[in-house]
Order: sequence, then structure tokens, then C-alpha cells
Amino acid sequence: MIPELGHFALILALVLSLVQGIVPLVGASRNSMALMAVGRPAAQGQFFFILFSYVCLTWAFVTSDFSVQLAASNSHSATPLMYKITGVWGNHEGSLLLWAMSLSLWTVAVTVFSRHLPEAFMARVLGVLGWVSVGFISFTLVTSNPFDRLLPAVAEGRDLNPLLQDPGMIIHPPLLYMGYVGFSVAFAFAIAALLSGRLDAAWARWSRPWTTVAWVFLTAGIAVGSGWAYYELGWGGWWFWDPVENASFMPWLLGTALIHSLAVTEKRGAFRSWTVLLAIAAFSMSLLGTFLVRSGVITSVHAFATDPKRGLYILALLVLVIGFSLMLYAMRANKLMGGGSFALVSRETSLLGNNVLLTVASASVLLGTLYPLFLDALNLGKISVGPPYFEAVFVPLMTPVVVLMMFGPFLRWKDDDFVAAARKVAPAFVASILIGIGAAMAVDHLTWRTALGLFLAAWVVLASIQLLYGRLKERAGASVGSRLRSITASWWGMWLAHLGIGVFIIGVTMVGSLDQHLDVKMQEGQRAELAGYTFTFRGAIDADGPNYDAARGIIDVTRNGRAIATLTPEKRLYWAQGMPMTEASIDIGPFRDVYVSLGEQLETGAWIVSLYYKPFISWIWLGCTLMGLGGLFAAADRRYRRLAERDAKVGAGRSVAGAA
Amino acid sequence: MKARSKRLMLVGGGVALLVAAVALVLSAFQQNLVFFHTPSEVAEGKAPLGKTFRIGGMVEDGSIAREADGLTVRFAITDTAKVIPVTYRGTLPDLFKEGKGAVVQGRLEDDGIFRATEVLAKHDENYMPPEAAHAVEQAQKAAQTVSQ
Repeated sequence: MIPELGHFALILALVLSLVQGIVPLVGASRNSMALMAVGRPAAQGQFFFILFSYVCLTWAFVTSDFSVQLAASNSHSATPLMYKITGVWGNHEGSLLLWAMSLSLWTVAVTVFSRHLPEAFMARVLGVLGWVSVGFISFTLVTSNPFDRLLPAVAEGRDLNPLLQDPGMIIHPPLLYMGYVGFSVAFAFAIAALLSGRLDAAWARWSRPWTTVAWVFLTAGIAVGSGWAYYELGWGGWWFWDPVENASFMPWLLGTALIHSLAVTEKRGAFRSWTVLLAIAAFSMSLLGTFLVRSGVITSVHAFATDPKRGLYILALLVLVIGFSLMLYAMRANKLMGGGSFALVSRETSLLGNNVLLTVASASVLLGTLYPLFLDALNLGKISVGPPYFEAVFVPLMTPVVVLMMFGPFLRWKDDDFVAAARKVAPAFVASILIGIGAAMAVDHLTWRTALGLFLAAWVVLASIQLLYGRLKERAGASVGSRLRSITASWWGMWLAHLGIGVFIIGVTMVGSLDQHLDVKMQEGQRAELAGYTFTFRGAIDADGPNYDAARGIIDVTRNGRAIATLTPEKRLYWAQGMPMTEASIDIGPFRDVYVSLGEQLETGAWIVSLYYKPFISWIWLGCTLMGLGGLFAAADRRYRRLAERDAKVGAGRSVAGAA
Repeated sequence: MKARSKRLMLVGGGVALLVAAVALVLSAFQQNLVFFHTPSEVAEGKAPLGKTFRIGGMVEDGSIAREADGLTVRFAITDTAKVIPVTYRGTLPDLFKEGKGAVVQGRLEDDGIFRATEVLAKHDENYMPPEAAHAVEQAQKAAQTVSQ
């Protein structure tokens, strides 16, 4: 009964999303307040029904109702409660429902936090979001109904893929989806602006906090996913250039370009048409990512099912969205011309360079991800494009991005003097070259890559300090506290996010240059040495869990005779799918991780043990955290609220005037 | 006139940057493509010697053997028609099993043994790596044509 209620609620949500897609748009074009006012309740009602539907599905998982096909294939009565709940999105159908729910949540957030927007603009935003919702709910209902019954019911479920039974997987998908789907808000704002023909700085200002928050979610989602891969896949890598990772990285790159381009549009009125195009592109990349992951064209842990109908449906959706948006863009492009002009040396130029490079980087990921699929689809042979390609491309593309990032904040808007700017930047630049080479020599790894990475990281840190110092010096005389308070939240956001890039580069460079790895056969009592650490194997014991059997190795780690940690990696065998799993054990430190995983047991009773030494790897995620924090600061800037109030007053005044 | 030439420099610089970036991407792309071959193709000598490529297929039953060091593994990859011997040093993926699909990446040496640097197995019990499925399919198709 409950699954049927859930199914029914989802159908009602589809009906409401159709209402939300049609009525406000008609209202906006006829200037009818009554029709436009339908948008909000329709969006909120839709959210209620999707939430209800989602709760019903979760109920089926929690109560182990194996007459529901989805629960039978992805849950097990012995699965811990937490993984029963997260198992709802550990499959194709459930994750689509999560997608639709995130979209609905964003829409409701827009109705709540953007009350100040002009009615007509709001109506158009809700209308566009309504259509996106129609696309995804109907996709769920038509091709991937999560409430399908399995009759007769089975006695026991097949359990969730053990790789997904992990705390990281509890938060990774919702974060990532909130990020993916969040770009639909930026997209809806851009389309609404195109529809209304009002593409001024106000539009950019309205869109900025939303875009930034979506970007924060995406950053966090990607970081958590990478952390999961690091400790769960058992071989110490943190990024694999897997097509599915790329699917989330492409919208991130374009989203990063978009938040910078929006800044220029808001502050200077320039880049308007470029910003609109980026908003469309970032959302299209989110859809493409969904297509790649959900259609089954890529086989990976994320591809739950292969059904050509599903792929076609999303592809059609993608073509419709891109086609419609670009057509609208072409029709309105003449209104997008002009905007603030700027000189060759100006902050605009540095941001333009950053945008071009980030877009090229995104395109290069797209090429590496899609080209093998194209060849395969056309039967021209099978190829794979691995990490060497992406590494060969990313170092030279991202180096100038970081260099521009160092110049940009020191440059004035509109026009600046190159010599003066270079003078400001030069001391940190020279110092970082020395630090970069010196540090590479200090760690005894003087390759151009290591030196370049450390140089860039040092430059980011030094320039950040210089920037903060310069900012504080502006108000000489005032107390340090009041000087710090006078800095806006959005400036702190920029500062933190850029510093985060520096921290991230340190992590990537150090772990890329200095990590060490040893596979070794170990008998009880045997020792192995790696990177100055001594690993003593104390044998393996039984450590069975609620839904698996496991052997747990016990390994003492010492350094120069001093105990560091006792690591307990596990080899698990999950009952339901008979699937073996490696559970690594990590001693996390601020400057290095010591990482151990168990291979297989040999006939002699010895185990194959993989030992890893990962210097500075935590800095990768620390950097991502700083970037995310920076985004939150930027989105929380008081300016948005203050100006929102002003807009609301102006808007109210206008509608009064219109009524009179 | 001055503003115009500045603008020209800006556009010119942008285009030059773009061209350089695209050239970089394309050349990196060409250098780093990894081709895929089925065991039958390798047996026919269609695969390049001393260049990295991938082979997909099933791990032949009874072929997995470890050397005395416990770390070097010998096994064979088959598409049901031809068998290619492989050696690999390191830990194998959890789902690497005899009779199941796998993809290996590495080089073919003069002695006809494939030295794998990377072994990929399935992520999940239900699925076979598409390259492995493809190899078996091709071999079976070929076998049918011969028997007809």
C-alpha cells in the first residue's frame, strides 16, 4: 500500500510541475499577477509530494519490504539501518528520485529566499525550473519507476553494493546532486533574463549567491567522493580521471568560470552574453553528467543499470535543453551587446583569461571522456584515454590560471598600469621561485613538476598574505579589529577560496612527487620498511560484521623504534552478493598518511599487504574545504540582502506605479 | 584609434591563447590514447610490440599461478578462441577471479607474454567490463563464421 501511495504522490508531483511550468510563464507574458502567483504554491506543493514519495520509498527499504523490486535488489534485512536509508539512492531509480527531490528543494529555496525579485522575473524562473522538473519526474515515472512491485516477493534482498556501504557514501550523493542540480537555478535565472530581455547587472547579482552555493555543494560532493575513493578502493589513489568523476568535474570547471564571469557582469556590466552562455553550458554539463552516469554508457560503480531507453530519454532531454536555450540565446543576442569596456591590463582581462582557460580545460575533459564513447558507438574500435592524457593537459592549462589568479586581485577594474601591477606582484613572485626550488631540493626531489607545483603554492600563499596586508593598510589608524571587520564577506570568500587552491596544490604536488608504495608478502611476525616506517605484521583475526565475514590484519607501525599506530585493514566478504571487499586502514597525520590494505591470503598462510606512504595528502581535502568555505562566505555577503531589500522597495514602487 | 588597436591586441591575444591551448590538448590526446585489442587480434600479431595497449577477456580457468615471491602473478586472458599469457606484479582487484571478465593494460614483449601494469576487474558481480564482453563476442562471431 505504502509504495503505491509513493507512486501516486510522484504522479501528483508531475502534475504540479506541469502547472508550475505552464501557468507562471503564461502569466508573465500576459502580465497577469494572478497567474504568476500560481508558481510558488505549485513549487511548494510539488516538493511536498516528492518528499512524501521519497519517504515512502525509504519506508520500503527500512522495513525490508522485498515485494518492492528496488528494495529487493538493493537492500538486505541484515544491512545496518544507515545503509538501508542510503541504499535508497544507491541505485538508478532511487538516485533519480533524489535528483528530482534536490531540484524541488532548490526551487522551494528560491521561492523562500528570493521574495524580493520582481514578480514577472520570479514567475519565469519558476516556470523554467518547472519544465526541468517535468523532464526528470516523467523520466523517473516512464523509464525507471522506483515503486515497481516484485511479485511474488522474495524472502531476502540482494543487498546494497558493499562498496557503497560506507559513511562517505551517506553524504557524497546528496552533496553532489545538490551541486549538479543547483546549476539549474543559475540556468533558470539566465533563461528568465533572456525571456524578459532584462540582462543587466541586477540579473547577475540575483544569480550570484545561488550559483556560488551550488558550486560549494559541487565542490564538497566531489571532495567527499574523492576521499571515499581514497580510503575505500584500497589502493590509495584520490582521483582516477574515471569518466564518472569527469562527469562531475566538467560542470565544476564551468561553474568556477561562471562565478567569476558573474562577478564581472555584476560589477562592470561586461561579459553579459558570455555569462549567459556559461550558465547554459554549466547546466548542460550537469545534464550530460547525469546522462553519462545514468544511461549505462559507462560501466563503473555508478552505472547501476543499462537500458537503452533511459539513455535515449536523457539524451533527448539534453538536446531539448541545449537546443531551446541556444535558440533563445540567438534570438536575444542583440540585446546582450555592449557593457562596460575595459583596457588590456585590467581585472576584467585577467578574469577573461581565467574563463577561457577553464572552458578549454572543461572541453579537454569532455574530449577525453566522450571520444572513446563515440568511437565505440560508431564501431570504429575501442580505445581508452587514461590519466596520462589528463595530466599532460592539466598542468599546462592550470598553471596560467593560477598565475592569473595571482595578478587579478592586484589589478584594478577597467584599467591599470602593467608596470605598477608587476611591481606589486614581483616580490612574492621572486620569493616563491626561490622557495619552490629550495623546497623541492629540501625534499630531495628536484624535478620541474615538483618545483613548479611548490613555486605556485608558495606564490598563492605569499600573495594571499600580501593581499590581506594591503587591505588592512588601507584604513591606517583604525584598530586592527575594526579593520578586519570592515572587510566584506565576499572579499574573505575570494581570499579563502584562492588560498584553498594553494593548499590544494601543495597536497597534489607532494603526494604526486613523494608518495611511496610497497606490495609485500608477510608472515606473522614479519617486518617491512617503507619511507622510514617499520611495519610489523601481527597476524590476522576473524572480525565478522552484521552482513559480512572478515579477516582483520593487525599491523604495528613504528618509526625509529617509537610506536606510531596499530593499523587494522580488513578483507571482507559480503554474504548477499558473495562480493569481496578491501577495507584499508589509515593513520592520518597533518603531514602524511600511512595507509595499509590487505591483499589476498596465500596458501602458506602469508598475506599480501600493500603499504603506502602518502605525504601531505590531507592537504588536498583541506584545500577543497577552504574553497568551499570561501564560497559560503561569498554567498553570505550582506550586500546581497541589502540590495535585495532595495530591489524589493523599487519593485514595490514600480508595481504600485503600474497599478496606478 | 588607440582604443581600437588595444582591443585588437586583446582579441588577438585571446585567440592566440585559445589556439595554443587547443593545440596542447590535441597533441596530448594523440600521444596518450590507449588502444584495445582482443586476444584473437593479439594472437594474429595485430597488436603493436612494445607499446601500451589493453586486452580484455575472461581469466582462463586454472591459469592463475603465483611465483615464489608471492607477488608476481601469472594468468591467461582468453576470448574463448585464443589465449594470451599475462604476468603482473602487485595486488589484484577484489573481483579478479578465474572464469570472470578482466581487462589488462600493459605491453606485449618479444616472448609473447603480456606484461600488465594495470589489471581492471568488474566493480560489481553483475557486470562484465564492456571490453571483455566485446572480446568474447567477437571471438564467438568469428567462430560461427568459420563453422558455417
